[in-house]
Amino acid sequence: MKGAQPVAFEGRVAEAWRVLSGVLDPEVPALSVVDLGIVREVSTGAGGALEVVLTPTYSGCPATEAIEADIGAALAAAGLGPVTLTQRLAPAWTSDWISDDGRRKLAAYGIAPPCTRAGDAVVRVLARNVPCPRCQSARTERLSAFGSTACKSLHRCLDCLEPFEYFKPI
Amino acid sequence: MTASIRLQLTPDVRYVLRIGDTCLVHAQRLAEWCGHAPVLEEDIALANLGLDLLGQARALLTHAGRLEGGGHDEDTLAFLRDEHDYFNLTLVELPLRSGGADFADTQLRCCIVAAWLACLWQGLASSRDRELAAIAAKATKETRYHLEHAADWVVRLGDGSDASARRMQAALARAWPYVAELFDDDAVDAAAAASRLGPAASTLRQPWQASLRAVFAEARLAPPAEGAFRSHGRRGRHSEHMGYLLVELQHLQRAFPGGVW
Repeated sequence: MKGAQPVAFEGRVAEAWRVLSGVLDPEVPALSVVDLGIVREVSTGAGGALEVVLTPTYSGCPATEAIEADIGAALAAAGLGPVTLTQRLAPAWTSDWISDDGRRKLAAYGIAPPCTRAGDAVVRVLARNVPCPRCQSARTERLSAFGSTACKSLHRCLDCLEPFEYFKPI
Repeated sequence: MTASIRLQLTPDVRYVLRIGDTCLVHAQRLAEWCGHAPVLEEDIALANLGLDLLGQARALLTHAGRLEGGGHDEDTLAFLRDEHDYFNLTLVELPLRSGGADFADTQLRCCIVAAWLACLWQGLASSRDRELAAIAAKATKETRYHLEHAADWVVRLGDGSDASARRMQAALARAWPYVAELFDDDAVDAAAAASRLGPAASTLRQPWQASLRAVFAEARLAPPAEGAFRSHGRRGRHSEHMGYLLVELQHLQRAFPGGVW
């Protein structure tokens, strides 16, 4: 358990980023909130309070409130409080913001990372040949347009026959 | 029983509530499918679509509450208004799981509404109201997946077996009288267009038709001719189904005021 020792002012932003790298998305626990790209800014405000700007993923993501609570609790436990959390809608979150490290973690967890940039996803031309995150085969098929969460669809590999989820480009 | 709230309905507040209520009521109807869809994949898909729409409704109702200035939050607006203070499209309040409705009605409605919302979000992205523009820019990405999914179903059923084609065409005949309302301008639209809050309903008709033309052609469906019937949900005058929908939507907040999960 990390003690609540006050952290020196100048080191707080760097320390906050380090702490946030350990706060996992409750719906996709392979990724931290930093890997996912939802932490947009960390700074110290006029009153010395830490200010964290978050951009939520999907409008209806039920994890948004949980993520905010987790971030507040993690920063407070690290002695970095008080913290002001702000939601920023624009520019809208995009799967392009998932870090390279995040993409590797997704694949290792068994979820295929987005295989196109968000802007390149064309309506009604389906990405049915998402590479399998287990055996890398390109012979796959989509089973369901929506998966266990709004951000994923469900696929199956035709070579290793394993089902897998795909993080949709958005 | 909690009393209903009264609102100061400026044209701006009405304009934003029309969109927010359409998302809210559409989500409510889709949620009725949860646990009942014909296949598991579709159960999950409809629930996810509803969840996105509910998220969009939350952002829009929160914003409408701020514009209204009476201190009403998203929950108060969602649960404590009287029927005539909801301004959703009539189309989205019609039953999906009773009253002779078919699975085809659900997918067709999702397709019609997603195509309409896609045009609306695009118009709102350049709104003078930066919060509204931000909500729209976010929603537009989600709606794209909704449209893709529903359009796939419209094609699959419309260009499917004789039975599925007949049933999709019948769903189209049932929905079509309510489509005119999507493009029916009034003073609220005129004020929104003049002040650059957002597009007037009538300007959405052409891009909406363009986006659905290809889908209907591929589905081998012919939209019926437009009749004289007009629905007026956007003006607060609803079908006989709205009261029943609101009873279910509002029940917990009316019975247990201020209750939270």
